[in-house]
Amino acid sequence: MSTATQAMTLKEQLLEKFETELPSLFGEAALRRSAAQQFEATGFPTRKWEDYKYINPDAVLKKGFGTRIAAFRDITAEDVAELSPVKDAYVFVIINGHFVPDLSFSGELPDGLTVESIADAVVSDPAAKAHYAELADSAADPFIAINTALADSGLFMHIAQDSVIERPVHFLHIATNEVSAFLQPRHLVVAETNAQAILIETFESIGPVRSFTNVLAEVVVADNAKLDHYRLQTENEAGHLLSTVQAHVSANALYNTYTFTTGGAFVRNNLNVEIAGEHAEAHLYGLYLPSGNSVVDNHTLVDHQVPNCMSNELYKGVMYDHSQAVFNGKIYVQRDAQKTNAFQNNKNILLSDDASINTKPQLEIYADDVKCSHGTSTGRMDEEALFYLRTRGIGEDNARKLLVNAFAEEVVNAVPHEELRNYIDTLIARRMGTV
Amino acid sequence: MISINNLHASVEGKEILRGLNLEVKPGEVHAIMGPNGSGKSTLASVLAGREDYEVTQGTVSFNGKDLLDLSPEDRAREGLFLAFQYPVEIPGVSNINFLKTAINAIREYKGEGPMEAKDFLALVKEKQKLVELDGKLAGRSVNEGFSGGEKKRNEIFQMAMLEPKLAILDETDSGLDIDALRIVANGVNKLRSPERSFIVVTHYQRLLDYIVPDVVHVLWNGRIVKSGPKELALELEEKGYDWIKAEANTVEA
Ligand SMILES: Nc1ncnc2c1ncn2[C@@H]1O[C@H](COP(=O)(O)OP(=O)(O)O)[C@@H](O)[C@H]1O
Ligand SMILES: [Mg+2]
Repeated sequence: MSTATQAMTLKEQLLEKFETELPSLFGEAALRRSAAQQFEATGFPTRKWEDYKYINPDAVLKKGFGTRIAAFRDITAEDVAELSPVKDAYVFVIINGHFVPDLSFSGELPDGLTVESIADAVVSDPAAKAHYAELADSAADPFIAINTALADSGLFMHIAQDSVIERPVHFLHIATNEVSAFLQPRHLVVAETNAQAILIETFESIGPVRSFTNVLAEVVVADNAKLDHYRLQTENEAGHLLSTVQAHVSANALYNTYTFTTGGAFVRNNLNVEIAGEHAEAHLYGLYLPSGNSVVDNHTLVDHQVPNCMSNELYKGVMYDHSQAVFNGKIYVQRDAQKTNAFQNNKNILLSDDASINTKPQLEIYADDVKCSHGTSTGRMDEEALFYLRTRGIGEDNARKLLVNAFAEEVVNAVPHEELRNYIDTLIARRMGTV
Repeated sequence: MISINNLHASVEGKEILRGLNLEVKPGEVHAIMGPNGSGKSTLASVLAGREDYEVTQGTVSFNGKDLLDLSPEDRAREGLFLAFQYPVEIPGVSNINFLKTAINAIREYKGEGPMEAKDFLALVKEKQKLVELDGKLAGRSVNEGFSGGEKKRNEIFQMAMLEPKLAILDETDSGLDIDALRIVANGVNKLRSPERSFIVVTHYQRLLDYIVPDVVHVLWNGRIVKSGPKELALELEEKGYDWIKAEANTVEA
């Protein structure tokens, strides 16, 4: 690496990389160029941006992340097996932002399910061509823009009409670069009419080298389809993650999201759900347990565009040490979206005087015949309950863990997949130091 | 069993217990009565180890150990049990899981291994019967959505499960109808033994018709101002507390 490169900002490096690599990148060059211009105009968000005011990605990115994706530590099939929360999932491995077919499921997928490299699909698959970059708007967020400009790998998952896929599909992300890098995987998930599937995305980082993963997934849930979408974020102290999900839910469809964050130095989730067809339903569950100096920021947007739909959101946080969390939940109910039911709740426990939470529900309702509610609460450990448990012989440490677990269970119990639910329980237990 | 000497305790700088003495021998049942606000629950809380209360003077010896030196959990592990006047609801913690954790913590303290699952379930069944507690409640969260009577019976159920050496019952009878009162009293009586002692805090003489005490004490103004045989309870029921207060004031003056 030349000293000139070292002196460049990440923004400059990314734009330079764009100019060099554009000819070799998949998809439409015009789309990428306009996204790059968008990014060039704004750069990364700073504290002055309303949507980023509590955390400061610009400062995080100044820790130093490059654009060079070097050879990575050897990840073996055993590592992959160990990192799979569900035994019978179809596992697809993304290392340092790049799909690795050699480590991924290589058997025959069931009828109706396609999972392949996004770079190939965008060229050859009509559904991928039709939906790629359809939902994610580069003007909405610089992270979307730079991902759209430069993404060079990722996965396309397609569930054909009327296909019900029982076994989960697992996108296993591992950041383990040899040099500190900014990684940008890009996914597209399309569940066609009447299709059903489960997608589990996990995010791991291995080793001491800093990584920043700017991952973007577009999710299309067509009429009467059902998709359960999990994100398990368990990176180490070197891992930084910004995960954007841009989802579109059509008539009578059901989209369930579950976001669990038990690790990572910095995690920002942008979860945007358009409710675009009547009688569609979306459930958004989240649980975050940051510790040390970690920052976890969940921004959700549920956009009710049509009548007779329902959304329900429950996010809970347990904050340790010097950690910082943000919950920002927007609900839009557009003028036409009469008879909307939209509920939101965010509850937090601060286990340390040095931990902090900023919670901000934002309801913008332009229809008049709706049922909407939101609530937030932030408290400490329930000292009465703690004393009660201790008077029964349960040690203080254990009593605290029981209570934290009880608080978290409300979210964990919303997970319908039993094996995954148990896995999440062990993630939480590990986080609390009980196993 | 327990020997309380000149106990003084304050909360938020206000002295509530002001030189309390009490001695309970193995197998004995002591009733503590007294007007509202006299310090009965404070005494129970101080013995159980609630941290809001500051002991400023005095000693408590529990089977030879300095009770005040122990954490709340170690007091329980040494065999002290408090049935709360207001049992706490703990959403998300199942009764069963809670009890199993408690029993195994106590066993571990005694150097014993965890209880076998089937032995535990058998014990649950047996003790539920004792207080006629609906089996369904065991699967629910601790006290969550329980009626007042169910909460009190759940306290006695826990006591039966943990088999303490000394149980303190803080107004376990208040808010109970006569049937529930009989069930609770029956549960307690079945647990009476020459090795187990009880301190029964109550407002009403009627509980003492069912749980017959060896001694009745009157607590007033942070002190035990009168002690007597079980007939004292009847006298208090008839005459109220004013004569006791008058007596106590004379002594103090
Ligand atoms: N946590 C507390 N903070 C302040 N005052 C308290 C607290 N607990 C008890 N007290 C006061 O101590 C006195 C005794 O209360 P308590 O022990 O509950 O009486 P009893 O159980 O006999 O009715 C009352 O005056 C009550 O207001
Ligand atoms: Mg009381």
